[in-house]
Amino acid sequence: MANNQTYYVPEQSKWPIVATIGMFLLMYGVASIMVNNSQGEPTQASWFMFLAGALVMVYMLFGWFGSVIRESRAGLYSEQMDRSFRWGMAWFIFSEVMFFAAFFGALFYVRVFVVPWLGGEGDKGTSAMLWEGFQANWPLINTPNPEAYPPPDGIIGPWGLPLINTILLVTSSFTITVAHHALKEDNRKKVKIWLGATIVLALVFLGLQAEEYVHAYQDLNLTLQSGIYGSTFFMLTGFHGAHVILGTLILIVMMVRIQKGHFTGDNHFGFEAASWYWHFVDVVWLGLFVFVYVI
Amino acid sequence: MSAVADTHAQDHHHGPAKGMTRWLLTTNHKDIGSMYLIFSFAMFLLGGSMAMVIRAELFQPGLQIVEPEFFNQMTTMHGLIMVFGAVMPAFVGLANWMLPLMVGAPDMALPRMNNWSFWLLPAAFLMLVSTLFMQGGAPNFGWTFYAPLSTTYGPPSTTFFIFAVHIMGISSIMGAINVIATILNMRAPGMTLMKMPLFVWTWLITAFLLIAVMPVLAGVVTMMLMDINFGTSFFDAAGGGDPVLFQHVFWFFGHPEVYIMILPAFGVVSHIIPAFARKPLFGYASMVYAVGAIALLSFLVWAHHMFTVGIPIFGQLFFMYATMLIAVPTGVKVFNWVATMFRGSMTFETPMLFSVAFVILFTIGGFSGLMLAIAPADFQYHDTYFVVAHFHYVLVPGAIFGIFAAAYYWLPKWTGTMYDETLGKTHFWLSFVGMNLAFFPMHFLGLAGMPRRIPDYALQFADFNMVSSVGAFMFGATQLLFLFIVVKCVRGYGEKASAKPWEGAEGLEWTVPSPAPYHTFATPPDVK
Amino acid sequence: MHVHVKRAGALIAGSLLSASALADWQMNMSPGVTDTSNEIFGLHMTILWICVAIGVVVFGVMFWSIFAHRKSKGHKPAHFHENTVVEILWTIIPFAILVIMAIPATATLVDMYDTSESEVDIKVTGYQWRWKYDYIEDDFGYFSNMSTSRDEIYNRMEKSENYLLDVDNPMVIPAGKKVRLLLTANDVIHSWWVPNFGVKKDAIPGFINEIWVKVDKPGTYRGQCTELCGKDHGFMPVVVEVLPEEEYNLWLADQREAAEKERQLTEKDWTLEELVERGEGVYATACAACHGQDGSGGGGGAFPSLRGTPVVTEDIQAHLDIVVNGVSGTAMQAFGAQLSEADLAAVITYERNAWGNNTGEMVTPKEVFDYKNQ
Ligand code: HEA
Ligand code: HEA
Ligand code: HEC
Ligand code: CUA
Ligand SMILES: [Cu+2]
Repeated sequence: MANNQTYYVPEQSKWPIVATIGMFLLMYGVASIMVNNSQGEPTQASWFMFLAGALVMVYMLFGWFGSVIRESRAGLYSEQMDRSFRWGMAWFIFSEVMFFAAFFGALFYVRVFVVPWLGGEGDKGTSAMLWEGFQANWPLINTPNPEAYPPPDGIIGPWGLPLINTILLVTSSFTITVAHHALKEDNRKKVKIWLGATIVLALVFLGLQAEEYVHAYQDLNLTLQSGIYGSTFFMLTGFHGAHVILGTLILIVMMVRIQKGHFTGDNHFGFEAASWYWHFVDVVWLGLFVFVYVI
Repeated sequence: MSAVADTHAQDHHHGPAKGMTRWLLTTNHKDIGSMYLIFSFAMFLLGGSMAMVIRAELFQPGLQIVEPEFFNQMTTMHGLIMVFGAVMPAFVGLANWMLPLMVGAPDMALPRMNNWSFWLLPAAFLMLVSTLFMQGGAPNFGWTFYAPLSTTYGPPSTTFFIFAVHIMGISSIMGAINVIATILNMRAPGMTLMKMPLFVWTWLITAFLLIAVMPVLAGVVTMMLMDINFGTSFFDAAGGGDPVLFQHVFWFFGHPEVYIMILPAFGVVSHIIPAFARKPLFGYASMVYAVGAIALLSFLVWAHHMFTVGIPIFGQLFFMYATMLIAVPTGVKVFNWVATMFRGSMTFETPMLFSVAFVILFTIGGFSGLMLAIAPADFQYHDTYFVVAHFHYVLVPGAIFGIFAAAYYWLPKWTGTMYDETLGKTHFWLSFVGMNLAFFPMHFLGLAGMPRRIPDYALQFADFNMVSSVGAFMFGATQLLFLFIVVKCVRGYGEKASAKPWEGAEGLEWTVPSPAPYHTFATPPDVK
Repeated sequence: MHVHVKRAGALIAGSLLSASALADWQMNMSPGVTDTSNEIFGLHMTILWICVAIGVVVFGVMFWSIFAHRKSKGHKPAHFHENTVVEILWTIIPFAILVIMAIPATATLVDMYDTSESEVDIKVTGYQWRWKYDYIEDDFGYFSNMSTSRDEIYNRMEKSENYLLDVDNPMVIPAGKKVRLLLTANDVIHSWWVPNFGVKKDAIPGFINEIWVKVDKPGTYRGQCTELCGKDHGFMPVVVEVLPEEEYNLWLADQREAAEKERQLTEKDWTLEELVERGEGVYATACAACHGQDGSGGGGGAFPSLRGTPVVTEDIQAHLDIVVNGVSGTAMQAFGAQLSEADLAAVITYERNAWGNNTGEMVTPKEVFDYKNQ
């Protein structure tokens, strides 16, 4: 075990409190936009609050990560500190996995139990009595009450855009690994090329995903409101997409840092964390592809 | 904020900053621990005051003080505030104060994030409490917020409630990450896992539970948010969803959550009993394995809260058996504590009194838990005051007494002053009597058929309710005494405490002076 | 102010007296009147005594140590801190005890899940805040509302014997027959419980849960809704009347006839006064819980006042629409399926002519019928 003497305990910092204020304004703003909207009341003030919060958060992110980067480059961090960051990042990713697990769990439960019940099968099959004319099948192209939840006209097959997207993401997981190895060898040029490739793949993925959404909404009438199929579809792909956006931003930051000459061959946890995160996003997608699109 | 300039100011020997900035900007685990503890006690008073409103309304049949609508808000906010505002932050506060001292670390692993974890809590509770003043009132659907009462039929403030839960979740997850990183990475040389103090062990496992289930809670409230504001149908059969889906996801979080509220207390008691029995803890290794077993089992039992929703019989049986199994490792813990006391040389200072009461009363709460676990019998118990009695027995003399015991045990270390023993004992005895008077009759009420979450009740329940209310007022009022004792101690009125004020106490925290200096273990101690 | 305080004092004293006169100090579950409830009671007592026994042993050892092994008595501490044999023993013995508990529990559960071979089917639907009982084979159904008056609840009147546990129309079932209940709900989750039957099951909107009861002893049995379902969750009793077979059949015949009459009411020509009179009763049972006895709303603004509001005093079509179809996404339910045409017409007419809404306009059951079937 490394010597604790070198463990860096930072001085007072304003970032946590700035982050708290930012988060509060942001969340309160979003909530009151939603509530006021649903009650037909004006939302300008709420938007103002939300934007203020967002700005504070951006300021905080730059400031906080800025100090961490400066401290790291000033050589304040020991090997032990590095391990703290690793544990921190690893468990953070685990928490994200559990977040997705909740939505996957919902999807499985609905498919295995609820939809058959509503269609008259299984232990609670009597429930079908309440939903005359409902046919249980998956994907759910009719809903128990089509007036409340108009069903979609069609769904998105797996072998078009989703397959391309899968290939893109798997490839990007590969390219980021190549970039990582290049960084270990201190081959900057190679890092830039492969990291750049990863970012391009990510952006193309996002573009295609956006196109898929437009297609779903405009041509297929597949929306959040079209019953549980639409709900789970957009929830899972949507949160995944949000994570891809975040991941891409992180990769872009890494690119900037590489350009600035940050990191060394044996000290680059920031980069490694970004690549862990990217792999996580990739794995979630594979789960999505199988359970949301294919099966 | 030039960090490079900061580095040289970075000797560990100067004290805290002056004024408000000490608290707002701090990265010191002791400061943050104190803030958590103070915040948690404030929430305990707030949540307790709401319980007083509940008990006052239930003092006798008929509606006299509040309307049913407001009563439901009180029940809901009481549950939420006690669980998320009082008990959890109190344990995080104890972790902050004690973990670095116990493992010989200079601070928590990620000190800045630590401060953020804390400050998010006041933000979250500001948001939650502000719903009381909103149009349509605060959340009124119980702390379990079952859909669709909380979605389609919830008050407008529900959206704020959801975001408040998100913020609490972020705070808890970051807090837990910090705990894990500290324990796994910052132990003094020589302190192997199986030499860690039990409080450290229980917190390690609690942190794991937190990271595993808080995101699931975030997931379920996010689904609610979508149902309310974006027209999804997760919890609406008309679109192919199911209200019971909500309950499955919620309790997948909810059951481990109850162990999150008790495991650290197990740890605390496992320090105090050996200290005052002057005899090493019996069965250290089996204590560790038992906590691990409880944590693992806790992921497999969630549907015991849902025996009446109509789960297929095989599910019903599985969850019944799994739940009953938890009695085995918990029993091991109880037996080990008793075996530690057995043939010791015991004295009964306040921390020990609370700990002994903990063992007895928690076990009683555990017994009623076991009765609830018997699915067919639960058809009669479910959603009656029998359940309310069960969980107050595990939470009040469990979690809360555990926290009191910890506070008395470590107050000398925190403040450098001994608390007033006579007052401490008075606090204990009044709490003990008041608490039993308040919650024991609830068993009878439940068995006689009184449902929970009702503002008014049939006449045959009148007498025990009155007894219960009297006990509750007594217990509540007594807590002001605790406030007084702590303030007195913090102000320095009382005997000076030595580095190790308890004869039988063990552990690194007693090797530093009392009060513990602002920075400790800048150089790690050696553990043999 | 002073008068208020005095009156409040008198009321509290009065209710205290009446309460203690009626109350009993019941401490345990009652065995109930069905086989199921008896089995549960047996199970309950068994586990209770097992727990007590374990408690006596564990706390016995503990108290013995507390008294004997204290420092003040000069007891010197022993130093043992491990013993694999006892550790194994106190893992295995509790496990064995649990197995012993699990066996009868499993048997009881299997019994309860068997809903086959029922002779009567009743659909039970939970509404905010009353129950509806539909006799599926016999094509009639009715609501069951709490009948305890608000005066009793607000301590303006002495509380009656079955305070909060009385309804206008109880569910009626025949003695000695296996009755299957199909439980569901219209809005939020409710839970149907009669302690004496040993039956409690959630009523979940959109799904049906099946349970069964077989009661041999005629009588009236009471219970309550046990799942938090909103404001009046505490005021949603379940009352079941168990009648001997012949009486039950008579009752059935009566109900069928009454249902037929109800259908005929739609055809009848009504006067404004008749409708208002009928409407007042309907309003009190179906609407007052939210909109207030005097139409002034409630819930701190959550439930709108119906006095002089445009919907109620101007556009009749909008009024019909709201009452028949509800406002989706709010507590205002669609009453079209819950109330008969006559009742709908009556309540709308009543609202348009009560509390100063003197529009003088009326809606007839026929108009409602046409509106529903257009
Ligand atoms: C700290 C919190 C805590 C703890 C530790 C527990 C512990 C347990 N709980 Fe409890 N529980 C709650 C908090 C807690 N619970 C809450 C808050 C609710 C209500 C939520 C709501 O609806 O609002 C609840 C509800 C609840 C229910 C649902 C009831 C219902 O709604 O119908 C059930 C059912 O199985 C249950 C079971 C158990 C069991 C089996 C244990 C076991 O862990 C207990 C194990 C302990 C012992 C058994 C005693 C010691 C053992 C021995 C001495 C060994 C020998 C014993 C035997 C062999 C019997 N609990
Ligand atoms: C750790 C958690 C915790 C704690 C500590 C408590 C503490 C108390 N609780 Fe509990 N309670 C819950 C968790 C907890 N509770 C939960 C989860 C629910 C379920 C909610 C739901 O159904 O959704 C619940 C529900 C609940 C109910 C059922 C409500 C219902 O079903 O409608 C009742 C009723 O008596 C009750 C009472 C009390 C009392 C009297 C205390 C006392 O111990 C409180 C004592 C503390 C104080 C009183 C504060 C200190 C003193 C002052 C501020 C001074 C003022 C004092 C006076 C005026 C006397 N609680
Ligand atoms: C469970 C509560 C509840 C019950 C019972 C109830 N209502 Fe309502 N009612 C509401 C709510 C909530 C609204 C407001 C809906 C909205 O947001 O537009 C409402 C709105 C109305 C309105 C429109 C008022 C306006 O000015 O917009 C009318 C008329 C009405 N109800 C009539 C009735 C009648 C008639 C009954 C009984 C047959 C009844 N309500 C029973 C909750 C209830
Ligand atoms: Cu219906 Cu509670
Ligand atoms: Cu549980």
